[in-house]
Amino acid sequence: MISRVFIANRGEIALRILRTCRRLGLGTVLGASSADLDSLPARLADRTLCIGGPRSSDSYLNVAAVVHAAKASGCDAVHPGYGFLSERAVLARAVEEAGLTFIGPTAEQIDAVGDKLKAREAAIAADVPVVPGGAIDDAPAAMALARRIGAPLLVKAVGGGGGRGMKRVERLEDLPTSLELAAAEAGAAFGDARVYLERYVARGRHVEVQVLGDGEGAVIHLGERDCSVQRRYQKLIEETPAPHLPAALRDGLQEAAVRFARSLRYRGAGTVEFLLDADRGEFYFLEMNARIQVEHPVTEAVTGIDLVERQIAIASGLGLSLRQADLPLHGHAIECRINAEDPAADFRPSPGTITRADWPAGEGIRVDTHVQAGARVPPFYDSLVAKIIAHGPDRAAALARLERALAATRLEGIATNLAFQASLLDDPAFAAGGVDTGWLARRQGT
Amino acid sequence: MSLTAADVAEILKLLESSSFDTLDLEIGATKLSLRRGGAGPVPGAAPAASRTTGAAPAPRAGAAAPAPPTSPPAALRGDEVTAPLLGTFYRAPKPGAPPFVEVGSRVEPDTVIAIIEVMKLMNTVRAGRAGRVTEILVDDGALVEYGQPLLRLAAP
Repeated sequence: MISRVFIANRGEIALRILRTCRRLGLGTVLGASSADLDSLPARLADRTLCIGGPRSSDSYLNVAAVVHAAKASGCDAVHPGYGFLSERAVLARAVEEAGLTFIGPTAEQIDAVGDKLKAREAAIAADVPVVPGGAIDDAPAAMALARRIGAPLLVKAVGGGGGRGMKRVERLEDLPTSLELAAAEAGAAFGDARVYLERYVARGRHVEVQVLGDGEGAVIHLGERDCSVQRRYQKLIEETPAPHLPAALRDGLQEAAVRFARSLRYRGAGTVEFLLDADRGEFYFLEMNARIQVEHPVTEAVTGIDLVERQIAIASGLGLSLRQADLPLHGHAIECRINAEDPAADFRPSPGTITRADWPAGEGIRVDTHVQAGARVPPFYDSLVAKIIAHGPDRAAALARLERALAATRLEGIATNLAFQASLLDDPAFAAGGVDTGWLARRQGT
Repeated sequence: MSLTAADVAEILKLLESSSFDTLDLEIGATKLSLRRGGAGPVPGAAPAASRTTGAAPAPRAGAAAPAPPTSPPAALRGDEVTAPLLGTFYRAPKPGAPPFVEVGSRVEPDTVIAIIEVMKLMNTVRAGRAGRVTEILVDDGALVEYGQPLLRLAAP
């Protein structure tokens, strides 16, 4: 059994994990960088160990420091959160080799889904539809494949994510240049210069399915999330259920996600991402994220399930203790990400000290944040400072609550995207529901 | 070990002349929290977290972040030599061997003062400057955090 959890992360997710651990009566040790020792999670954890300097590579990405700190502080499990080391098989392996429990999938499963080409092959093997495209060996082969797929198409990094190493090719004659650029970017960002080609879906929606697996082959889903409001492939607003999906399409997505995770005998919480072709009414497997997601609270809102608690239970060998039939979904939930970035300056990150932080409260409102007045937003990490989530009996109710919640929020001392997010919620296209991933860029005229 | 009023005055002067806004110092059971501009201590601060962070003030967006060295030598702060990484602190090269340094030892910048073991990797820690060891602050075999004071040096 798990009695003390080492939290190998920072920010809102570290605090969120800490709160569930505390509710479950588990001890907590936080591994923090020297830039985060004053942070709320560092002050609230039973114990905080400084695992390295401010730069992620010295601290949050330092596998040896994390595992050593976890073991030396008497923890019996490690929760990696999202980002950082959460999807590095090397951490999962090192944790298990140290005799501790990794709260997440097996190292093999992380490897299997972390390589996008392998994941694509696994999807095909599990009878899950994939976007037309494939691996490329050299430039002539790439051109031949590109002709079969047709323009426009995407060049994507095999080890990538978050849009880095991704290039859109409008005309086939631009392919060689884009291949070089994408490979160079992928090599620099992920240490893996391999790229592959994929059809570009003009009006696609990003719809993902939350799954839980017991590691023995039992898998359930907890509904889908629509994360189509994105800026440069960064999600800004997420909601569940996905608006205006025909029932057959929704069922098809959920069943495909379960089929995929079951084929891996997936252990823990994971998310299977799909590209929904709004024009064709088809969906394609994109990738699987082998971790808790930033946007998991909307799923928690409509299911009433604490996903971190489920992760810990599965890691403890308690299995799912949930059946698909026991999982009715209630109402609608929408989340806005509040980032320390300046919309007036091309969304440039805006680190600094927060001088005022008033968070909303009320029926159906949840705020996941690690910042209060006086908190510092260090320049070393991503700019997420809070997630504001509204839940209501239907989409209109959830949206109205979220709009009121954003209007009640005050954040001063740093620039944030708060007003920008409010303007998106207020947009008739968003209010109507079902926008595609290109909506925001078209709206911004970029 | 306790702080005298003169010590505190000296520390205040150091903070005054530095670019830092806050200083948290923990020596054994003694804790000292200093804030520039008269702000009170952080309420509910856990003891483990209330200590000197060494973090530079956040630079403006667009400015290059101050890049700490990836594999720093033992960091120096005041008269202390601090741990360049988290791990298990060993005063001697192997069990039963004489310690690298004792109170009173003279050290040069490249003198090895300890080993910090991380996941079976032994990392030597050097003094970083010349001096005389006046106090060893960590027990052999203890877990040390990044930035934790290991020993104190006096001018040679």
